[in-house]
Amino acid sequence: MVYKKRKDGRKFDEARKIEAKVGVVKRADGSASFRFGNTWAVAAVYGPRELYPRFLQDPSKGLLRCNYNMMPFSSRGERVRPGGSRRSKEISMVTQKALLPVLNLDEYPNAVVDVFIELPETEAGSRTAGINAASMALADAGLLMKDLVSSVSVGRVDDKIVVDLDYAEESYDDGPVADIPIAILPKSGNVSLLQMDGLVSKDQLKEAVELGKKACAKIYEIQKKALKEKYNVKGDGQ
Amino acid sequence: MNEDQKQHIITLLESDKRLDGRKPLDYRKPVKVEPGFTSTAEGSAKVTIGETEVMAGVKMEVGTPYPDRPGEGTIICGAELLPLSNPEFESGPPGIQAIELARIVDRGIRESKTIEFKKLCIKEGEQVWLILIDVVTLNDAGNLFDASALAAYAALQNATYPKFDGEKLDYKESSGKKIELTNIPLSVTVCKIGNKFIVDPTTDEEKAIDARLTVATLEDGTLCAMQKGGDVPLTPEDISEMVDIATEKGKELRQALK
Repeated sequence: MVYKKRKDGRKFDEARKIEAKVGVVKRADGSASFRFGNTWAVAAVYGPRELYPRFLQDPSKGLLRCNYNMMPFSSRGERVRPGGSRRSKEISMVTQKALLPVLNLDEYPNAVVDVFIELPETEAGSRTAGINAASMALADAGLLMKDLVSSVSVGRVDDKIVVDLDYAEESYDDGPVADIPIAILPKSGNVSLLQMDGLVSKDQLKEAVELGKKACAKIYEIQKKALKEKYNVKGDGQ
Repeated sequence: MNEDQKQHIITLLESDKRLDGRKPLDYRKPVKVEPGFTSTAEGSAKVTIGETEVMAGVKMEVGTPYPDRPGEGTIICGAELLPLSNPEFESGPPGIQAIELARIVDRGIRESKTIEFKKLCIKEGEQVWLILIDVVTLNDAGNLFDASALAAYAALQNATYPKFDGEKLDYKESSGKKIELTNIPLSVTVCKIGNKFIVDPTTDEEKAIDARLTVATLEDGTLCAMQKGGDVPLTPEDISEMVDIATEKGKELRQALK
């Protein structure tokens, strides 16, 4: 079978419309929002701050805590019950793992850095939007970072490898689909989030990751631009 | 908040001043209502009061009626104090603060009778509309009560029923039909600090408050819901004055909905 055309007219390697903004939650130490089309993530960072309960404290390094949460009205289907699900707990965990490599938590003994990711509106790709917003929020909070983290979902719809699957593609049923959310550390090109559900060949996976890296390079530029806009930095800010 | 800080707020109020330069009965600016911020809800609105931002969304479900009210649908209000919006809020199940907030929002709407629950009935004893209103905080810079009540009402105004064919709900399609709202309840919280009254407290002022009274009023001045908070009791004279302030300020806030 052949997947000829994306419903919304995008090219196969094109992400949905991206909007990124830094400094959206005034009370937070750092914050940002990131959109892929109708998927919208807002992230706020608090910390480094003292960690309670005290027995969790580690005198050798700080702790990164991430919490991914869909707002009750953020799904096109039924209301999302507040309080976290198995899914949201797992996403919180993989988000934490995706962000960890760029932080230097040795600098913050006994402390915690809290990252709260909230989704007011979702339509596929919410964990990747959340990671993009969170990494900008961490930078906005002024934490020591080796790099940002850029994330997108890639995958296979029938015979095509595509970037940033939307809801229609995730639930495409005229052929096989694979959804592969990835996060890239742009400077090294390494991968800090990789999940997949669906069927692909090894070659397709390779192609998808390559395409994802290219898409993340574009996202990285958008993230940097949004950060510079908040701080009024001109040029490359080096 | 230590005693010195509280004393400073009281001293300022003696000469009708506040920490941020406002008069005691001034709301912060802007007071802004943005309906329809999310496409996934049947209705939504974001409210900004100064730096405070809250979001409200409406989802609709078809459910079975309560056995004692077989011909009526209902509303269900929730509120979440997101840890993203204030460093003092913690993750986890809603605490008493969030529960009180949800119940104040709920009562303001329910008791105004702006929604006639009988009109939410689809098939008596079997199918009724449930209107689920959720308020979440995005940035807590004080006065979540008034911002949340305003957002919840604005989200109802923005809502349309999803398509329902008698058996299945189709959230992907709106029927285009609005929820019928017969009046506009508006909540104003009046706070007492020392012997002075203020509205629209910041988070610092909230910590210095002796008592507060949230009053929901209709356009014609009828009161439809109240809640007293804070540790200090109020005199009957206090209550009259606070209700007067709430009614006057309610008129002002009403403008934001238009």
